[in-house]
Amino acid sequence: MRARSTSGIVRRSGPGAVVMRVVLFAVLGLFCLYYLFPLFVMVSTSLKSLAEIREGSFLAFPRDIGFEAWAKAWGSACVGVRCDGLQPYFMNSVMMAVPAVILSTTLGALNGYALTKWRFPGADIIFALMLFGAFIPFQVVLLPMARTLGELGLAGTVPGLVLVHTVYGLAFTTLFFRNFFIGVPDGIVQAAKVDGAGFFGIFFRIVLPMSLPAIVVTVIWQFTQIWNDFLFGVAFTVGDSNPVTVALNNVVNTSTGVKEYNVDMAAAIIAGLPTLLVYVVAGAYFVRGLSAGAVKG
Amino acid sequence: MLTAISRAIERRLPLMVVSPLFAVSLFFVYGFIAWTGYISLTGSRMMPSYDFAGLLQYERLWDTPRWYVALKNLFVFSGLFIGISMALGVFLAILLDQRIRVEGAIRTIYLYPMALSFIVTGTVWKWILNPGLGIEKVMRDWGFENFTFDWLVNPDFAIYTVVIAGVWQSSGYAMALFLAGLRSVDDEILKAAAIDGAGPWRVYTRIVLPSLRPVFLSVVIILAHLAIKSFDLVVALTGGGPGYATDMPATFMYAFAFQRSELGVAAASAVMMLMTICAIIVPYLYSELRGARK
Amino acid sequence: MASGIRLEKLRKSFGGNEVIKGIDLDIAPGEFVVLVGPSGCGKSTLLNLIAGLETVGSGDIFIGGDKVNKVPPRDRDIAMVFQSYALYPTKTVRDNVTFGMETRRVPKDDQAAALEEFARLLQIDHLLDRKPGQLSGGQRQRVAMGRALVRQPEVFLFDEPLSNLDAKLRIEMRTEIKKLHQRLGKTVVYVTHDQIEAMTLATRIAVMDNGHIRQFADPATIYENPVDMFVAGFMGSPPMNMIPGRVWHDGGKVFVLPRGARESIRFPVDGPAARGADLPDGHEVILGLRPETIFAAGTELPGPNRYVFDAPVEVVEPTGPDTMIVFQIGGQDLIARVRPEDVAKPGRAFRFEVDMTKAKLFDAETGKAL
Repeated sequence: MRARSTSGIVRRSGPGAVVMRVVLFAVLGLFCLYYLFPLFVMVSTSLKSLAEIREGSFLAFPRDIGFEAWAKAWGSACVGVRCDGLQPYFMNSVMMAVPAVILSTTLGALNGYALTKWRFPGADIIFALMLFGAFIPFQVVLLPMARTLGELGLAGTVPGLVLVHTVYGLAFTTLFFRNFFIGVPDGIVQAAKVDGAGFFGIFFRIVLPMSLPAIVVTVIWQFTQIWNDFLFGVAFTVGDSNPVTVALNNVVNTSTGVKEYNVDMAAAIIAGLPTLLVYVVAGAYFVRGLSAGAVKG
Repeated sequence: MLTAISRAIERRLPLMVVSPLFAVSLFFVYGFIAWTGYISLTGSRMMPSYDFAGLLQYERLWDTPRWYVALKNLFVFSGLFIGISMALGVFLAILLDQRIRVEGAIRTIYLYPMALSFIVTGTVWKWILNPGLGIEKVMRDWGFENFTFDWLVNPDFAIYTVVIAGVWQSSGYAMALFLAGLRSVDDEILKAAAIDGAGPWRVYTRIVLPSLRPVFLSVVIILAHLAIKSFDLVVALTGGGPGYATDMPATFMYAFAFQRSELGVAAASAVMMLMTICAIIVPYLYSELRGARK
Repeated sequence: MASGIRLEKLRKSFGGNEVIKGIDLDIAPGEFVVLVGPSGCGKSTLLNLIAGLETVGSGDIFIGGDKVNKVPPRDRDIAMVFQSYALYPTKTVRDNVTFGMETRRVPKDDQAAALEEFARLLQIDHLLDRKPGQLSGGQRQRVAMGRALVRQPEVFLFDEPLSNLDAKLRIEMRTEIKKLHQRLGKTVVYVTHDQIEAMTLATRIAVMDNGHIRQFADPATIYENPVDMFVAGFMGSPPMNMIPGRVWHDGGKVFVLPRGARESIRFPVDGPAARGADLPDGHEVILGLRPETIFAAGTELPGPNRYVFDAPVEVVEPTGPDTMIVFQIGGQDLIARVRPEDVAKPGRAFRFEVDMTKAKLFDAETGKAL
């Protein structure tokens, strides 16, 4: 976010101002703790042994750091009846998220471009309809989607999930690109048309290279959404094809045997790590995606 | 002749390319809504049937006590979740707007929960709120022998644990939206206020916040939308329990569709959800799109 | 009584970038001082420093004799009009105007009286219940002025207040601002990049460039006796013709030989511009000729120190009251301002006459006036 040019306004200084400043930072710091402590609890618990968890406080630092829980969560924890850890499900999520992100972003860019730069009759209505599609509660499409996947032979498969995420991600990606392309002057496209470039020529040679920021924002947004999805995963997959969020929930809610909180926490970290990494690396774009999601139309 | 044909193709190409795309995606949304809507008007149970049965499923839905629990929970949850997240969001945004040098770092910390899956959030809060080993144990270890914090397993209070975790996850988002709004206020207006002699309190209450009305509206809509769709968090944190004490329309629909095989009732509840969201979103989108055209 | 403003050795940097590089300025009470210069010269920063909207880097600011470096804007007894007008969008015109009085706890009756007085003066009394979004650009401008005026401060600061108005309205408001100044007699500091605004409004002009004040003087002096090429080139439209050349002594007279021109063209620089006389032959100079000092030969009453020469016409640009003729000397485009009836055809030779008493001579190396 841009710096303010009002930061230089001369203000009264004195002990009162200093006290206010200290209070301000104390409050901000307190809230940092509030947001961070679940992360801390998650990490520290995952590094403790079960015995230490039962004896000690969950706010305490681990005494003996051990990665057994991580190894177990990754490789041998039981998800339902299968005891291979999160690893296969993590791979499912990768196999689901990567193609779905690429497809929905590419098609969304094409849609947004067609809607803004090749305005055809009814474009506004189509856009309004697509926009609304971004807001529907997905419960309303669960039943017919389950049936459709069944008829396509994709029920309970990762490709089925790719299809679902592409279709319902399209509303958002179209929205993002449409909002971006609206800011691209029509003159550029007109000039290219005069130069004899066609629909795809303009798209690939002129529009797409300009839209790198929009692409980054969209890819990050879509990846986060799809990776973190639970509803479609739990509704349309069974057992072996579960994405990692569903598997995590199964690990945590497995009622057989001893409750291994350290494994639960390690599993939660593993499931959350990819999106967390994306956020840390590309936080600015993530924030832009969030606010682009806020300011529709 | 040939060029005329190719020119005609060229002219229609955009439509030819995108119309199947639009057709498919609109079908997946509106076609499916129609299908669900129709099923809600049939006698479907285990398997979809296509014989019209009027409002039978809606009658059954509104005769289900669990549906009332879900609705009540939705109201309690949305009200608290939206209210607290917004209050916290505005408060933190204003604090962060005070020339904080490490603002970027603090913002990153406040916002990171938004990058997590609700399942992860639910898992960790389930652990923190665990009566045996979480906060309750810590407080007892600190000497508060009689401290009880069993909301997670208490049917009367479990819904508030969903609020706690939801606010933790989403208040940073509200903060980011408000902060962006604060920053969009023209610098010269703030300078004018400084010359007019308004202190920080007056600047925010009389000038900045009133001009953020559209942002408040957006945040309410976004949070309401999150609240109505909330499914993952409930599943991960309480599983809808104890019993169905924390059921929400989203979990209700899922349970009736995939666990109880009451397709008709599930479809009816999904339509109710859709209508609720329509009531909120459609006027908003309408005004946004109209505003954009002006 | 209006307050004067004094700046002493004022400096300001943003990051490592020094924007104000040691400025001294003494503004008398009741003066109308215009800070003018190209964008990025630091004029707006200087105004913000005076207003207290930026903290001082080093040096001092005095308003009405008091050092105000650490005084917040509200206590500097100033009012400011902004380029974007900066009206509060959610408040009515009435509340916009009275907000400053309200924060200062001015009694309601006094507020109403002040509002009424200045609303009538600025002809915004029929707009009081509207919001800024419902006003035209000119009306917003008036409201912004009203907000500044009701405060009845000792010093008014204007930051390019007219640059968002269309040309006609700009001239109207310019006159109005001048009237207000004459009527109220308060000190005004006014920032603009428009040199015509500077000339018409100011009692004194400070021409700024790159964080320095190049010249601080009344408009006539700035125009007639610029201290250097920058000031000479910045003030005046079309700009002064700058002809590089060399000094040449011949028969007791001093000439400037334009670089690259045929030998028959040599501008005599006697009289007021003859300060080049002590320079050795061949010294590199810049001869500055304002377009209006070059006219069609024989069209003005004869005077001392006229120089007549021929040059082919390149382009003719009628502006209405005058016609600009572009011609070349030594391959450089020059502009002459002639009467519209002195028609010339492109490509034809034209006989020009220069009033050399108005000519300026600058050192080519330093750019300073000689």
